[in-house]
Amino acid sequence: MATRLRFAFWTRAVEVTVLAVAICFSLGASNPSGRLNDLDHRLMCTCGCAQILGECNHVGCTESTQELTELKADIAAGMGDRQILSAFVAKYGATVLAAPPAHGFDLVAWIAPFAVFAAALLGTILLIRRWGGLGGKPQAAVATDPAVLDPEERERLQRIRRETGSDGGF
Amino acid sequence: MAAFGSFCLLIALALAAYNLLAGALALRLLATGQPARISPERLADTARRAGIAGFVAVTAAAFALVWSVFTNDFSITYIVEHSNRALPIAYKFAALWSGQEGSLLLWAWLLGMFGFVLRLRHKTDVRLYAYAGMILAGVQVFFLAVINFAAPPFALLKGAIPDDGNGLNPLLQYPEMVIHPPMLYLGYVGFSVPFAFALGALMMRYPGEKWIRITRTWTMVTWLFLTCGIFLGMHWAYAVLGWGGYWGWDPVENASFMPWLTGTAFLHSVMMQERKGMMKSWNVWLIFSTFLLTLLGTLLTRAGLVSSVHAFAQSSIGTWFVVFMCIVLAVCIFTYVYQRGHLKTEHHLESLVSRESSFLFNNLVLLTACFVILWGTLFPILSEYVEGSKVTVGPPFYNRVAVPIGLFLLFLTGVGPLLPWRATSLKAIKRNFVLPVIALWAMVIVCLVAGVNPWRGGEFSSGSFYALVGFAVSAAVLTAILAEFLRGAGVISRQTGRNLFAATWLLTRRNTRRYGGYLIHIGVVIAVVGLCGSAFNRNVESEMGLNSTMSIGPYTLVQVGATQDSNLNYSSEYAMLDVSKGGKKLFQMTPEKRFYQASGQPQTMVAIHSVPEWDLYVVYEGTNPDTGQPIIKAFLNPLVSWIWFGLVVMVFGTFVALVPSLTPATAALRVPAAQAAPVAPALKGGD
Repeated sequence: MATRLRFAFWTRAVEVTVLAVAICFSLGASNPSGRLNDLDHRLMCTCGCAQILGECNHVGCTESTQELTELKADIAAGMGDRQILSAFVAKYGATVLAAPPAHGFDLVAWIAPFAVFAAALLGTILLIRRWGGLGGKPQAAVATDPAVLDPEERERLQRIRRETGSDGGF
Repeated sequence: MAAFGSFCLLIALALAAYNLLAGALALRLLATGQPARISPERLADTARRAGIAGFVAVTAAAFALVWSVFTNDFSITYIVEHSNRALPIAYKFAALWSGQEGSLLLWAWLLGMFGFVLRLRHKTDVRLYAYAGMILAGVQVFFLAVINFAAPPFALLKGAIPDDGNGLNPLLQYPEMVIHPPMLYLGYVGFSVPFAFALGALMMRYPGEKWIRITRTWTMVTWLFLTCGIFLGMHWAYAVLGWGGYWGWDPVENASFMPWLTGTAFLHSVMMQERKGMMKSWNVWLIFSTFLLTLLGTLLTRAGLVSSVHAFAQSSIGTWFVVFMCIVLAVCIFTYVYQRGHLKTEHHLESLVSRESSFLFNNLVLLTACFVILWGTLFPILSEYVEGSKVTVGPPFYNRVAVPIGLFLLFLTGVGPLLPWRATSLKAIKRNFVLPVIALWAMVIVCLVAGVNPWRGGEFSSGSFYALVGFAVSAAVLTAILAEFLRGAGVISRQTGRNLFAATWLLTRRNTRRYGGYLIHIGVVIAVVGLCGSAFNRNVESEMGLNSTMSIGPYTLVQVGATQDSNLNYSSEYAMLDVSKGGKKLFQMTPEKRFYQASGQPQTMVAIHSVPEWDLYVVYEGTNPDTGQPIIKAFLNPLVSWIWFGLVVMVFGTFVALVPSLTPATAALRVPAAQAAPVAPALKGGD
């Protein structure tokens, strides 16, 4: 019964964490300040400096000046964000976007990190579960007190300390 | 001097090759017990001595290059391209690593130096050191082959010898560039040593965890160098590039960060092997991966695979690195498969909620972060291969993906030390977590009251949201760590009658590794607080004539003059800005723009006034060609100095962790007999 309750607790905790992370990511898509500031941080300067358009500080950089002028004109013309970005891609190529677009093959760029993290997390939990970590008996902190360790375990700890010449780390 | 340098490099290559082959043969003979004309021990000793002599030869070559820089020997192409007569002395040293060939020579020299120290200390464990020395010699053969045949630093200039050189890249003419690259290289090259020991120990099926103990100091010092190198690079980018930031997720920055992440994972998970005999395969592969990532970083910097503001000119040595990495990977896989029976774990995890599992999750998150960065760095190449066109993977991608992972890691930094080994109970969790949770929510309230509100003005700011989470988790982690210190110090204080400060000191001395680690975590938290400040950066840009003013935050800047200056190395334009706050003049700032004579390139020299709350960061962007007036851009960057202070704390913590703990005998000597009392079990051994 206690084991089932504990498992339910952790399942709920994981659900809440996943939900919080999901909210966090969905919120991340919002606008940090004005549209110009947002868009010029989603575009790159094309002069070859590898800097974000809004942060390119080359004196006399004609590329960033021209791009910013075009961007302001597009915003003033009432174009939507997607339209503006498409227009820039059409003119300067896909590398003008500071991050891969979330469609086509480039979607893989966004999915892979989360997929790998989820797979690794699942793998770790399954590994611990296989080792008996989930559903095992909770052993209180006193288990590490040398006074209550069995002689074999105490000897093992002493051997490790002798061998490693240290006092065990964290 | 060019002929002498080239000759030294050839000799060094021959000696490294002898070290590798003779060392391998000697170890083979020792392992199989086959009879031979020369005793394997003597053969191994000749290999060791060849390694030492090789270091002398590489040192001579490095000296020859530095000498050539100082004597302005423009018959050497490298000197023409990276130095000039008017170059200040400190930057003449920097010329050694400012170009491809010189930096590879620096790598080989550092590797030689590490190998030299290792070979001098061989009596610690002759056989293990022989294996490690042989592996290091293999790495050295590769670098010396590249230097001799693909990127020779002493190549002679074709045609007439010029009177002066092209000068050092202006971006590199900054004090930090004299120490940042060597630090980074010490970190990169230093990981060769634990790699060599790990591979050597696996090859010889070395019993126990002694190789970890031997390499612990190496690994920690190497990690420290890499950490300092990364932070110094950040500071250099902040002070020189003039864009107001310090980290741009550039591929070369990423390249230095990836081995740091795996190295950090190794430093944590290795404790599991020491204490529990667990994660042996994992640790071996972590150190293999770290070494491979240092090679990958070097490849990215030099092969022109990805575009970067930091990269060296595109060259053919990328193929050399790819081939070498494949060889290293093949050797690692073969050795692991062949010897994996030796790496069987002695214990398994007993609980999901324990110190062991927190290390496992910490490793998981660190490696995920490493994967994300590797993925983002290499995705443009993959995309080009699949779709035929490149894409850019810049800061928006990393901010969206890596920042949440970093915050989760910060959370684990606080949680891990609160969990006991083996298993814990819900009651213990409640007891340990109550204070940090209170601190977390208190910080959320303080931040919201102070104006850190992600939903301000009805518009959501992801930057403010991450900052809020970062501040709150930092407060919780800091509380957790301080509570650990106070809990232990309180026990000692009660037992010995010392005051709390003295008790904390004694507590730290009794287990330097544990409490040094906590200090490093505090440093990380302080740095994270500084990083969170970037969500609130502000900037203004304006053309400023005489007596023009500009306001940013509480400061008002008044232009009181703009002038020019010149010396043999560069000419400069700068503005003099009086800075006042609340009507009271505080100080003057002089942002500058330099134009280097030899290279003809401009360079920004940012003026920075740093206080704990923020940095006032002023850039002279040049003059308006129509009006001739200076263009000034001012940034107000909150909490930046916390990042550098965080590094100082991390360095201090690492030094503490490197100092041996007081043994019971020495501890007893330091405690007056009347006060001496048994130490509480909770304070021993990090339990």
